[in-house]
Amino acid sequence: MSGNSIRDTFFEECEELLEALVEGLAQMEQAPEDMEVVNAVFRSVHSIKGGAGAFALDRLVSFAHSFETVMDKVRDRELTVDEKLMSLFHRAGDHLSDLVEAARDETHLDDEAEAGLTGELDSYLGDEAAAEEFSFDAVTLDFDGPAIELPSEDDGGALRVFEIRFVPSRALYENGHEPLLILDALADLGDMTVEADISRIPEFDAFDPADAFLSWHMRLASSEPETTLHEVFEFVEGLCELDISVTAGPEEVPVSTPFDPEPSTGTEEPIAETETVLPEAEETTDSAPPPDRRKEARGPKPTLRVDLDRVDRLINTVGELIINQAMISQRIEELDLPTVAHLTNELEAYKLLARDIQEGVMAIRAQPVKPLFQRMSRIVREASDATGKKAKMVTVGDSTEVDKTVIERLADPLTHMVRNAVDHGLEKPEGREAAGKDPVGTIRLSASHRSGSVFIEISDDGAGLNRERILAKAIEKGLVPPDVELSDPEIDNLLFLPGFSTAGEVSALSGRGVGMDVVKNAVHALGGRVSITSTPGKGTTFSIVLPLTLAVMDGFVISVADQTMVIPISSILETIRPNPRDIHVVGTDSQVVSVRGSYVPIVDVADNLGLARHDDTGGAGILLLVSTELQGLTALRVTAIHDQRQVVIKSLESNYAAIRGVSAATILGDGKIALILDPEELINLAHASGNDPFAQHSRMELRHG
Amino acid sequence: MAETAEAHADTQFEFITFSAGGQSYCLEITQIREIRRWTPVTALPHTPADVLGVMNLRGAVIPIFDLSARFGLGATPANERNVVIVAAVDGATIGLLVESVSEILSVDKSEIQETPDIKSEATRNSIQGMISVDETMVRVVNLGAVVESGKGLPA
Repeated sequence: MSGNSIRDTFFEECEELLEALVEGLAQMEQAPEDMEVVNAVFRSVHSIKGGAGAFALDRLVSFAHSFETVMDKVRDRELTVDEKLMSLFHRAGDHLSDLVEAARDETHLDDEAEAGLTGELDSYLGDEAAAEEFSFDAVTLDFDGPAIELPSEDDGGALRVFEIRFVPSRALYENGHEPLLILDALADLGDMTVEADISRIPEFDAFDPADAFLSWHMRLASSEPETTLHEVFEFVEGLCELDISVTAGPEEVPVSTPFDPEPSTGTEEPIAETETVLPEAEETTDSAPPPDRRKEARGPKPTLRVDLDRVDRLINTVGELIINQAMISQRIEELDLPTVAHLTNELEAYKLLARDIQEGVMAIRAQPVKPLFQRMSRIVREASDATGKKAKMVTVGDSTEVDKTVIERLADPLTHMVRNAVDHGLEKPEGREAAGKDPVGTIRLSASHRSGSVFIEISDDGAGLNRERILAKAIEKGLVPPDVELSDPEIDNLLFLPGFSTAGEVSALSGRGVGMDVVKNAVHALGGRVSITSTPGKGTTFSIVLPLTLAVMDGFVISVADQTMVIPISSILETIRPNPRDIHVVGTDSQVVSVRGSYVPIVDVADNLGLARHDDTGGAGILLLVSTELQGLTALRVTAIHDQRQVVIKSLESNYAAIRGVSAATILGDGKIALILDPEELINLAHASGNDPFAQHSRMELRHG
Repeated sequence: MAETAEAHADTQFEFITFSAGGQSYCLEITQIREIRRWTPVTALPHTPADVLGVMNLRGAVIPIFDLSARFGLGATPANERNVVIVAAVDGATIGLLVESVSEILSVDKSEIQETPDIKSEATRNSIQGMISVDETMVRVVNLGAVVESGKGLPA
């Protein structure tokens, strides 16, 4: 059990390391000369290798090793990073991530690709390099089991004297490590003399038994390579100050370089670099820095891994708290107490507190979109390889935080859209050059927070949508009547129709007939919207607007016929109390309202929900102006608006089924349930009724079928 | 009574009997979560007549079915004694509006008879079996079928 959990932790860490790797590679592309970046990439690969060694994941170790070895050449400026090498690194990074995944799920990966990659990596090592030092190939293959058994036959034999300074920190003891065992392990490697430094032990009164005061200085004469020494300290990396140097010995230091990110190689490298780059074995000689500083240098901020279920339970409970708070407020209002300022103040404070708690809890679920975006860079790479196009990805605002569920459920639609952007959006390099553009196309992914929503944009700088072809295709597929007249945005939106696929021929990548409608549905399911803008010759942009969280939203409490409902505020452009003069009847029963000179169709909410209790609605009520993708501006008629408040979203689907026109339900202050309307769907429903068989309730026929 | 229940724990079933549309029905006790007094529900648009709406059960939104209407016996008339049986089925929680709850019935498995071949397939699906108690017959409701046919296709 505990073994498993350590393994799980390793894979979780791997994920972080892989993220760092991908990020590093992206930075390398911008600045191949920046050694810090190269080192960061190297470190990620190395750490994965180290961890994998501990779990005897041989394939992972050997591949990571090849990767790392080439990285190290770059680090030593023996290799210059060109486009080809960069692409190899990218692919190697992807493969490493596949290997980690395969190791985690205990599945088997196809060997061929790996052999190819390993071969390519090895080809960079060059013959003379391999001969000069020692055979990397042999090491790659022999490298198995825990890293401690690292073979070192070639440079073995020669005795060297290592000076080791070992200063454990308090955290080392707190994590249950025992310096004695480390010293024993070192003593096994050769002749060793140890000196303990007790100078830091304070006066007895000031002595804190939990703190670390001792440090050791060792001289070890051993034939083992330096790496082996580092392996001994592997588990206390970052928990101590460690300084290993060679004082005497025939061999030159670089022998151990391929394995060794540690400071000893620093003799050839600038000091500043070793410091920032090698936090695992920071070479600070002055007063011991606090352990948490090391942690910071190691990765992002300290984090806590919590079971998602617990967080969700907490979120639910807080949702109840908000409802309960609303109930209490309502009850007190109903009491109609004389204006006792105290009570109102306390109530207001309670409300604010509840909101704070809620926001805090929601923030737990929020995660940056960065990992999601990074995954997309791989998609861009694969898609451009497969289509023979050149593309690079630019991300903007990848620190934007979004609910975890949203991120998870966005992965598929985003993958699809990014693939589409490369496959259909970008032109071939020749075409681009002919159009006077950079032959390398750009896919831009951006995320930002705007007025309580998350905006995600996927844009390409390709040729833009070919509207004629889209329309022709839609007519050919019978999706629209042949004589239809559509505006440009309407044509663009045809892409979202089920069964629409733009690609003339089915390509390996996209265009399998399932297309943008899947994307649209996925985004819809998250309470979001997708829209397209396209400029011929300049490119196409898909915008996704998503709610910040799936748990709460701001809504208007309205009444429709005699029911109380909620409508999301984000969808409402403005509210109008219409002057009867402005309402006109078109045809037999359609109404339009004139808003600042333009006519906007009116959709009666009660009618469309089948709540038709026509007693007093004739022209009265309030109009909510909403903008939809398919139908443009529309006015929704409701009976009244009562309030604006934050509501907790409760799914209808979990216990019943989805209902058209209704996105979810919520519980109001009086404990009653109010339905949350989906304006877009409601309007589609109004337009579709009559010709769309799905608008009629299919369940009626199915009921006793 | 309790002794026999223990002795035949594997073949002994307990049912709660109730009446809906003037007929006698029962549900196995393990499916039932609680029994509540009727409180007004929030109607759902575009639903069949036997789906009365949704109710707030301590923060969960649960659908309420009118069992009598579901079995084609007409809507349950409003009455003080009407109750809602909250039951769990396939991970979902639902409520059934019935006229009244009568008693707990403890029967042996062998006493449950299969539903004979009756004309309406829908009815046959919704009734799992029958138990005869004294002079009357109690129908065992197949909760899964009630919920399934109530949902239709998700829109």
